[in-house]
Amino acid sequence: MTVPAGAGTPVAAAAPSQVEAERRLYRRQRGRRSIVVSVVSTLVVIAIAYFGVVNTPGWAAVQQSFFDPQTAIDTFPDILLGLWLNVRILFFSAIGVAVFGTLLAVVRGLRNPVFFPLRMLATGYTDLFRGLPLIIVLYLVGYGIPGLGVFPRLPAEVWGTIAIVLTYSSYIAEVLRAGMEAVHPSQRLAARSLGLSHAKTLRLVVLPQAIRKVTPALMNDFVSMQKDVGLVSILGAVDAVRSAQIAQAETYNFTPYFVAGLLFVVISLPLIRVTDAIARRQQRREQIGGTV
Amino acid sequence: MSEVGQEARITPDTSAPVLELRGLRKAFGEHEVLRGIDLTLHRHEVICVIGASGSGKSTLLKTVNLLEGIDDGEILLQGTDIADPRIAVDGVRARIGVVFQQFNLFPHMRVLDNVTLASRQVHGVGRAQAEATARRLLERIGLAEFADAYPDRLSGGQQQRVAIVRAIASDPELLLLDEVTSALDPQLVGEVLDLVTELKRQGSTILMTTHEMHFARNVADRIVFLHRGEVVEQGVPAEVLDAPQHPALIEFLSRVHA
Repeated sequence: MTVPAGAGTPVAAAAPSQVEAERRLYRRQRGRRSIVVSVVSTLVVIAIAYFGVVNTPGWAAVQQSFFDPQTAIDTFPDILLGLWLNVRILFFSAIGVAVFGTLLAVVRGLRNPVFFPLRMLATGYTDLFRGLPLIIVLYLVGYGIPGLGVFPRLPAEVWGTIAIVLTYSSYIAEVLRAGMEAVHPSQRLAARSLGLSHAKTLRLVVLPQAIRKVTPALMNDFVSMQKDVGLVSILGAVDAVRSAQIAQAETYNFTPYFVAGLLFVVISLPLIRVTDAIARRQQRREQIGGTV
Repeated sequence: MSEVGQEARITPDTSAPVLELRGLRKAFGEHEVLRGIDLTLHRHEVICVIGASGSGKSTLLKTVNLLEGIDDGEILLQGTDIADPRIAVDGVRARIGVVFQQFNLFPHMRVLDNVTLASRQVHGVGRAQAEATARRLLERIGLAEFADAYPDRLSGGQQQRVAIVRAIASDPELLLLDEVTSALDPQLVGEVLDLVTELKRQGSTILMTTHEMHFARNVADRIVFLHRGEVVEQGVPAEVLDAPQHPALIEFLSRVHA
């Protein structure tokens, strides 16, 4: 096994030779130089961006209508209350997507010719809902289905949750299907040869391995869903975005939107970091032996 | 799950041979891989199937476990024709243990869960009892300390021994071993073959393919030489290995002995 260049010094009891001592000195100097370069360049970019924006002719007006501290403080409680609805919608959507998405993936993976119609249906479904903009699905579900007059009156957030589940299940189903196909066929063979049924083989052997393989992609879709729950506001559900809209109408100031946006970012940050960590860990495991 | 097992156990004719193949045929497209195989395997018997690659050895084992369908013939497992489409395949497979060349342990399960999976999920054994049995088996092969480890912590030889234990954990009537040492480093082959020898001593009924002629000579009750999908010679090891008759067998042995 080769040790990548610069990956620490070898464990040696003896003092380094003159050649090695010179190399280490060079590496240290180069390391110090790159830190200085990165710090300075970062500061320069930030400074340019900041002064560039602040010195525009309309900055004072924009700052007043988007980043007004007093408005932010005044509207914060209502928006936070709205965000609680988003979190609840997210919770139920995630459960719905996990169930429905897995079901779709499994149906698409069925090989028996008997299931051909079902498989076609699932394929058509994922094709349709991956192509359809969420906002249109929201309108169709939120206004169209209640319009049929068959269902009892349900709050807008319920229809919003259904629309999100319908859309995101199609993405998740594709991700899971890719994961299932990445599980080596010999694993199914081993499971079936133990006498496990097709269903148990899927549930106990194929799906757990598939989910592990696609965890970063699943997390990514979850983060994306986390912000898209804000779209239920178009159906009139009083979530963070809708609360911001109401506050904006009262104050004639856009700062509430900024507050809502900031809150969405804040709740998504932990998961984004976790996703990164998982992806990094997986990469490390798969690249044992050196990095390029 | 347990009722599937019972359904397949309709006539457990204990006087019949464990396995009897009659006129087994299998083709992949135009290519005939098995051309009328007849083979009888009695209780406590170990048969080693030998032959060049492409002779149909692996396909033969796959058909016996119904992982591969057949085109003609009969496969009698204790007197019941399991090639009959009315037979519940899961129930049949539950009675046959299989070990593969590439181990095929489940990487997301601990060693213990690998071993107990079939007992718990197919044979309806409670977790506590299944784990007790599994731990005892792991103890016997000297891998008790790895019970809670994941398979990737184990060497190839250790993984293959776990795979064998997984296959025998629910007391199969027949054990199929498909070139179980072919994927192993030479120094790991011994520990796996020792385990197979131990299983024979305990009375397991085994149908296996192998390239280890020395092992076949010492352990097999009978050696079957497969050539182009046909059994061209079979008998006790001394007969087949020391006094081969068929030219293809003579040629094959001269290669593997070299």
